[in-house]
Amino acid sequence: MKTLEKKHPLAIRWLHWINFPILVLMIWSGLLIYWANAVYRIGVGGYTLFNFSSDRVFEALAIPYRLAEGMSLHFFFMWFFAINGLLYVVYTLISGEWRYLVPDRRSFKEAIQVALHDLRLSNVEPPPRKFNGAQQIAYTTVILMGAGSLATGVAIYKPVQFAWLTALVGGYEWARWEHFWLAVGYVLFFVIHVVQVARAGWNNFRAMVTGYEIVTVGISSSLEQPKSSTPATGTTS
Amino acid sequence: MSGTNGRYEPVDEPGLAVARLMRTKSRRSFLMMGVSAAAALAGWKWLTTRPEVGDVPYPLRRALEFNETFSESYFEEARLAPTFPREMAREPRVNGEEGLLRKFDPLAWQLEVVGAGTPLVFTLEDIRQLPRVEMVTELKCIEGWSAIVNWAGSRLSDFMAVHNLGTRNGTRPDGRNRQRDLVRYVGLETPDHAYYVGLDIQSAQHPQTLLCYEMNGQALPVEHGGPLRLVTTVKYGIKSIKRIGRITFTDERPPDFWAERGYDWYAGH
Repeated sequence: MKTLEKKHPLAIRWLHWINFPILVLMIWSGLLIYWANAVYRIGVGGYTLFNFSSDRVFEALAIPYRLAEGMSLHFFFMWFFAINGLLYVVYTLISGEWRYLVPDRRSFKEAIQVALHDLRLSNVEPPPRKFNGAQQIAYTTVILMGAGSLATGVAIYKPVQFAWLTALVGGYEWARWEHFWLAVGYVLFFVIHVVQVARAGWNNFRAMVTGYEIVTVGISSSLEQPKSSTPATGTTS
Repeated sequence: MSGTNGRYEPVDEPGLAVARLMRTKSRRSFLMMGVSAAAALAGWKWLTTRPEVGDVPYPLRRALEFNETFSESYFEEARLAPTFPREMAREPRVNGEEGLLRKFDPLAWQLEVVGAGTPLVFTLEDIRQLPRVEMVTELKCIEGWSAIVNWAGSRLSDFMAVHNLGTRNGTRPDGRNRQRDLVRYVGLETPDHAYYVGLDIQSAQHPQTLLCYEMNGQALPVEHGGPLRLVTTVKYGIKSIKRIGRITFTDERPPDFWAERGYDWYAGH
């Protein structure tokens, strides 16, 4: 039998979807800024896999000579990014949603199982919880990354008035380096997130828009029974 | 597919009800999402097409000014930029030739000061008379690079105090009554007026804001702004103007070369 179950609260859905365009703008304006001193590359020793100062990449994206524009956008949308993120953290804490999101001791072992399953190396199904161990780790990490972006961002933005913070993250040049790689991290997160959501299917995606998921429950479970406060037993998330 | 008009009742009636309910909820939520996305796009379009102030759409300029007010509210002159061992100092790259292109004789150089009362003229010797301050600090370019440099010169605050500059009535700037007496801004420009910056008075009074005449133990080279440049740790490098020709103490916000070209006027750290 099928039933509708509430999965994602309204606040989480709004904050999630509002964050998306803001983060895109922050990364975009950040690229306009980093262009002016693009010193980062992916590589080991003398071998460079990808150089972020490659002019072709920048020119293809129409990034060069837009430093001032990048800064004015970055220092406007930073407020929305920070406030939206803060509201998300406060909401998850107050509502108790954090219980589904924060990993516990079993999450790490479970995350490996989920990864093996998703790579078709194992037949063990992910546990039918709201968020499995891999999701808990990913979603909590990305929030910590957000906090990291704020901290390193302030360290770059006000390295004298917040000199203690700049020192804490390793100094001005390290702060810029960390801030950059955190942004790369969001892009990687985004790619994996979208692939996983596509794999999980429509029912799962729709729940992030509507809040509800259609759930198949066993015959023994009656509709008339009041719902307990346990999380929705989605099979596909 | 409902059974209300006497048609055959499907076996899984609750299942159908669920599907119907989901459809209603979906329609509502996706419509809301579409409207929100359209509103966000319209907002972006609006933001980026506003008339520009200093080469930036005015809402973004206002945001920069809001950030400035916010930053000034927690600015403390006592907070210092970190200093480094002298061995770490190196020559910063020569960046930005604005104001340095005209023919220039460093030996004939003089510093003009405009404020309350008649304009004054100072020589390099007058600046050297003030207490010498040496600091090894990180010069941070707005482009994103930074360099540790050993600077030496006199504090702008000492210069102001000794010569009774920067107050509305031309008296000695008083540390305790600063807010009341001091003008709000300091403007600095090159002798040819081609490059110019504005500083808020708090930043001008910061102990790491120097009238600098030495770099890495040598007399300040002309390409780095010799004989006298500004060096301040509380702003991006764009504010550390080379080859100062004139200093103006004023209550009106001074023009700023890069602020007219899309950058933040405050540019403060």
